[in-house]
Amino acid sequence: MITQIAFIGIALLTLAGAIGVVLARSVFVSALFLILSFVGVSGIYVLLEAPFLAGVQLLVYVGAVAVLIIFAVMLTRDMMSEETPFLNRQWGCGGVMAAVLFVLLLLIGFIADWPVSSAKPPEDTISALGEALMGKYVLPFEVASVFLLVALIGAIVVARER
Amino acid sequence: MQFLDNLFLNISQVIRNLVGGFLPDWGVEVVMMTVAAAVLVVIAVVTMMFLTWMERKVVGRIQDRLGPNRVGPFGLMQPIADMVKMFIKEDITPREANRWVYNLGPIVVVPPAILALAVIPFGRGLSGADLSIGWLYLAAVASTSVIGIFMAGWGSRNKYALLGAMRAAAQIVSYEIPQVLSVVGVILIAGSLSMQRIVEAQNVWFVFLQPVAFIIFLIASVAEIERSPFDLPEAESEIIAGYHTEYSGLKFGMFFLAEYISTFAVSAIGATMFLGGWRGPVLPGWIWFLAKTYLLVFVVLWLRGTLPRIRVDQLMNFAWKVLVPLALANLLVAGLIAAIINPAETPGFWTFIGFLLGNLLLIAAVVMVGVLRAPEMEASEAAVVGAKGALAGQ
Repeated sequence: MITQIAFIGIALLTLAGAIGVVLARSVFVSALFLILSFVGVSGIYVLLEAPFLAGVQLLVYVGAVAVLIIFAVMLTRDMMSEETPFLNRQWGCGGVMAAVLFVLLLLIGFIADWPVSSAKPPEDTISALGEALMGKYVLPFEVASVFLLVALIGAIVVARER
Repeated sequence: MQFLDNLFLNISQVIRNLVGGFLPDWGVEVVMMTVAAAVLVVIAVVTMMFLTWMERKVVGRIQDRLGPNRVGPFGLMQPIADMVKMFIKEDITPREANRWVYNLGPIVVVPPAILALAVIPFGRGLSGADLSIGWLYLAAVASTSVIGIFMAGWGSRNKYALLGAMRAAAQIVSYEIPQVLSVVGVILIAGSLSMQRIVEAQNVWFVFLQPVAFIIFLIASVAEIERSPFDLPEAESEIIAGYHTEYSGLKFGMFFLAEYISTFAVSAIGATMFLGGWRGPVLPGWIWFLAKTYLLVFVVLWLRGTLPRIRVDQLMNFAWKVLVPLALANLLVAGLIAAIINPAETPGFWTFIGFLLGNLLLIAAVVMVGVLRAPEMEASEAAVVGAKGALAGQ
């Protein structure tokens, strides 16, 4: 009962944030709405009893991705201006992509059967997650970190003064 | 002593019994959570008032002054006088400001600071919520503190405010990394992210097992909360007051509040992670906890009274070229030693010796690198000064 109410509240918050991202006229305000949406998603993880994911969602998306977006906005364009045009020349292309994605997600939502486990959520998810990352999935984990390292070095090479 | 140690737990039990008489189980839970949250907020505000007084007294003493001494005994009522002053100041909104963002900024700044208090163990079994993801929660909450600063800086429509916000964001994002990494070594030994479990694992204070991590944590934390010598985002001699330049009255007070609660929070986290939290002989746990926390608060104030502000380039170089590599090296050493002697199985003494030896080796290596590179560093520093002199001469 309480979970239902909480879910509806958090889902509305997430959606409101997402709609705000699209409707805001200033890129900076869009970024702020995006943060609201991220926080809502993290709340949904909490409701799903996945505290680790909720924490990582906050840390990575709000603490890093959103801050990066704001930094990029501040450094690349005239961020003091309120008025950014709502549409640009590529609105047709973007609209088609968005529509296709929407239909695809809708189809998945209706076609897929969503299995619900009756088992209780595990008590200690973090150590299980850690053991899985360092045991069974160690290769993909390490490959991902090497990728990140490559990206880091690449960024430094690109940004270096010549 | 047993009674005093469990004082707050007993009080909570009394409240639980009281409301349990006429409410269903979930109602009791809701009431208990609300009470815990309200208590934490009250602690936050009272701590902030006390800290403003303590800071002025301590810094006053360091500078050979008396500090506040007019209002109440020892000037203890000074924070209340300040509060009244803040309430009755005029509330100004710049004409060009973005009203929503400008007004929401100070509101968004405070919650991350107060949220951090939720998982801090004030005593045995005495924390708002003993989350299994403890340290991750703290890191996540701390990382959101940038948002309010950005909102304040951008919403004010003031170039100094914007500069301050950019500085703050760059600083917080940079120093977050060594701060989080330094604590990973502690988590490695304790085998848990939960704050209570970390305290219970400290038969020997972790500051003796991980001295390098403690120093990194302390420096990075002072930078995280933007206190001197890392107060560039509000450097009054350069950019007026940084991101809160345009704020007055109670809105300014909110930034003030956030800063002091953060100071308390990082000191409490440091005391929990490295100084054994509420553990200690004879006295009740919460007194030990407060004593250790205020020791660290005093260190933070002492730094402010002693060190000059550092430059922006020094700030970034120090984070990325010193603290991050050092934190990674510390993590590597801690991991190696933990792999050789399993801290969960070997008796405490050998664990202690092993980790201490590892850390001493690390310190020796750092000192050696420092000595070897000293002439090089001096040369580059001289080059910077020389270039500045040339610019000034034009």
